[in-house]
Amino acid sequence: MNYTADRPTETETEETILKKAASHKEIVLDVKDLSIFYGSKEAVKRANMGIEKNAVTALIGPSGCGKSTFIRSINRMNDLIPSSRAEGEIIYDGLNILRKDINVVALRAEIGMVFQKPNPFPKSIYNNITHALKYNGQKDKQALDQIVEESLRKAALWDEVKDRLHQSALSLSGGQQQRLCIARTLAMEPQILLLDEPASALDPVSNAKIEELILQLKEDYSIVIVTHNMSQASRVSDKTAFFFNGDIVEYDDTKKIFTNPSETKTEEYISGRFG
Amino acid sequence: MVAREQFSADLEAIQKSIISFAFEVDSALKQAIDALYERNSDLAYKVIENDEILNKRDQDINEATIQLIAMQQPVATDLRRLVAFLRVSTDLERMADHAKNIAKSVNRLNVLSPYEIPLAIRDMQEVVSKMIHSAVQAFEEEDISKAKKLADLDNVVDSMYGELFRDMLDERKAEAGKHQQMMQLVFVGRFVERIGDHITNIGEGILYLVKGTSIDLNK
Repeated sequence: MNYTADRPTETETEETILKKAASHKEIVLDVKDLSIFYGSKEAVKRANMGIEKNAVTALIGPSGCGKSTFIRSINRMNDLIPSSRAEGEIIYDGLNILRKDINVVALRAEIGMVFQKPNPFPKSIYNNITHALKYNGQKDKQALDQIVEESLRKAALWDEVKDRLHQSALSLSGGQQQRLCIARTLAMEPQILLLDEPASALDPVSNAKIEELILQLKEDYSIVIVTHNMSQASRVSDKTAFFFNGDIVEYDDTKKIFTNPSETKTEEYISGRFG
Repeated sequence: MVAREQFSADLEAIQKSIISFAFEVDSALKQAIDALYERNSDLAYKVIENDEILNKRDQDINEATIQLIAMQQPVATDLRRLVAFLRVSTDLERMADHAKNIAKSVNRLNVLSPYEIPLAIRDMQEVVSKMIHSAVQAFEEEDISKAKKLADLDNVVDSMYGELFRDMLDERKAEAGKHQQMMQLVFVGRFVERIGDHITNIGEGILYLVKGTSIDLNK
């Protein structure tokens, strides 16, 4: 093994060294040649993407471009669609999560998902968070109390609901419901959070709270977010992937994508000239 | 491709007003130099007064550009284009200030005893005017090779100024008692030379617009 290979040579400038360091970020999900079919239609075409740890990755593109199919494949939500079929690999923790023998329930605890429309259970705020934990065998009241508080704090909801934990979750506003859904996902102690247009059904203030929350959460989690809101993608994400017709047209630092993208198609889309 | 038609029209309108602003600055410069050779104080005053209008042009362009940034939230080339608009307009405004400074020097010269104006100043102005026209073309066509060539012309202006300066020093020995006139003429040369630098900055603005990187052409 040649351990000197990565040492900077004399001709390397500080800039190229920094670039190298940046490109050596830890990859939490390695998507390799991923194709997803609905029947004979190829919705995602041989996608390759290294999703970075403790970063926010935004998936953008016009409706029907494959971005939602892509994000859903990461925690096997597409399994629920009978005609769907995946090829290629998604490597998480050394394992291809597309393998048939994967425990999908355990996988979804590790890789949690929050959807466009807040979907709390018609239960109390408290029980929304404890439901899955109880199902998994956690019965200790004190431990449950602690998890409820921690999850709600992490989702920046605790102060707003701490005095009414046993009221119905449906009494909360849309933005609060969405943060409750995030808290519910966090209670499972996931590594990765998948957010499928998490703020598109919310008013601007709730939207801003979710964005603020995403920026806080990336300290502890790796986040993938699908969004139709270009300014949201540019505000919250570190990396952006532009999908079009099932292809990843461009995947790069968000700064690069929004100031000087390499592909004309990306430029046209982000500047609102098609899509 | 579905164009954002209103946005594109707004961008084009600002681009057009920058181009006419550039031509107005060019004519202010020409008038100031004409006033110099003709010892024409009326014309010099006209240039000085007109500078307020040119300042207003810059303000209007800034306002329209900032409004578009706020309302349209542009990204990528659109954003860089608007940033370039702000940069170019600021440089044009500074160029107009230098034309005004030349006119002020003309007024100071006109109350002193006459002195033969070196032809080199007219030559410098002509090169600078040529630069303004090339810059407008480069800006309109977003042509980076034309933008880069501005730096070559600027080097010509710089060396013309150096020569003027040295000549003035020599003549100063010869014509004692005319040092105020010679000082003003060196100032005029210096103002024209500074206008050249600002045009080179405009070239950099165009390069930034097209390539997305900042390059120093003033070297």
